[in-house]
Amino acid sequence: MGPVTAETPSLDVSGLAFAYPDGHQALFGVDFRIGRGERVALLGPNGAGKTTLVLHLNGILTAGAGSVTVAGLPVGRRHMAEIRRKVGIVFQDPDDQLFMPTVREDVAFGPAAAGIKGAELEARVRGALEQVGMADFADRPPHHLSFGQRRRVAVATVLAMEPEILVLDEPSSNLDPASRRELADILRSLDVTVLMVTHDLPYALELCPRSLILSDGVIAADGPTGELLSDDVLMRAHRLELPFGFDPRSVTTSA
Amino acid sequence: MGAGHAHRLYRHAHSPVHALPPHTKLAAVFAFVVVVVSTPREAVWAFAVYAVLLALVARYARVPAGFLLKRLLIEVPFVAFAVLMPFVARGERVDVLGLSLSVNGLWGAWNVLAKGTLGVAASVLLAATTELRELLLGLQRLRLPPLLVQIASFMIRYGDVITDEMRRMRIARESRGFEARGVRHWGVLAKSAGALFIRSYERGERVHLAMVSRGYAGSMPVIDEVTASRAQWSYALALPLTALVVCLLGWAL
Repeated sequence: MGPVTAETPSLDVSGLAFAYPDGHQALFGVDFRIGRGERVALLGPNGAGKTTLVLHLNGILTAGAGSVTVAGLPVGRRHMAEIRRKVGIVFQDPDDQLFMPTVREDVAFGPAAAGIKGAELEARVRGALEQVGMADFADRPPHHLSFGQRRRVAVATVLAMEPEILVLDEPSSNLDPASRRELADILRSLDVTVLMVTHDLPYALELCPRSLILSDGVIAADGPTGELLSDDVLMRAHRLELPFGFDPRSVTTSA
Repeated sequence: MGAGHAHRLYRHAHSPVHALPPHTKLAAVFAFVVVVVSTPREAVWAFAVYAVLLALVARYARVPAGFLLKRLLIEVPFVAFAVLMPFVARGERVDVLGLSLSVNGLWGAWNVLAKGTLGVAASVLLAATTELRELLLGLQRLRLPPLLVQIASFMIRYGDVITDEMRRMRIARESRGFEARGVRHWGVLAKSAGALFIRSYERGERVHLAMVSRGYAGSMPVIDEVTASRAQWSYALALPLTALVVCLLGWAL
């Protein structure tokens, strides 16, 4: 993957601050940009504001101050439908994400809501399911799939909208090692900008060359994943811990 | 439910009845039931003809008689009421095996029993030959209010998820030594039900969030357009139309 050269970044967040109606302030001026085609991990301890930040990216929450721009388009009431098509969020629990009676209809939901019909819709659905290796399961009800399969279908539901940026909330949670690796292979094969919110540091290292650390509502660090994970002082300061026996310096990544 | 699988009311087969578009079948069953209900109860022979008509449909649909009869048992609680009618109704009375029964009540019981059974049998046939998913598409096509169709479709999607959640809560209760043994324990069960409600409600919010994130703006996009040809309509409506002729004869004779 090349360096960040695209003129318009996929995602540009600047000065983003947000307080919940009860007065709890979750974000205190968040700044970062993600270039087209990058895969970036957003790391941070529980309660750092990661989910709040994600909900700003497609305008579910609107900023108190600052701005979010997706591929040059400011997130706001005016372009909401377009923004929601461009930002594909894969939520943590696939049972929340997959709400239609069959896999095929679920994957078709997004594009159909955007007004796509007939043969083009079918092609989108087939394409998205093939990308995640689930084409044979199109007519199955989602609740009869394994958890790993459901997670993959959840990714397909978003891919079918041909998003500018794919946002994954804890993609590896509750997956067994084999499903975890399968999902990693799929994510690596996609030609799309990825922002991955996770606690799973080895997974971030495996998939994302670059990482952001969100802590106490600000971006505390931004750099190559391997370097950040090797910085013991930084890691400890933000309650990030590597799994027992895992040494990021001993891992060679091809990402 | 295992893999592949539809609802247990559904019976998988490839028959001309299975192949009919769902909305034609819905319309046919509805019309058939209306015709049956408007038949005079004195025309006993007409009900026999209706039963034969349904038996023919079942044969076409390759639904075995045993399967159909077993599923008819669902009407038993309703029939219990009909059985009481000859005893409690007023008016002219006859003696049957030493019991004094009301003539009106007997006709009333027959009325409920015959029409109810035919209606249930028609519905069971519909359910046996049409998948739930298709039924929803059919209802959508017949212009049932979209909100109702959406509610029904979410019920199908999340029924299993919530049953599973309920099962996990029960296992968690029992793992901590709880056993519901009487009225004293109803409080615990009620609290579990409350917790389940809150969890489902919160899931509803998360699902809504996921829907909005994919462009939902209040109405479900139409993904599968079901259509029926003239031939399919006439095929499906053959049942209620034949029944209508029988019904008219019943009034005339």
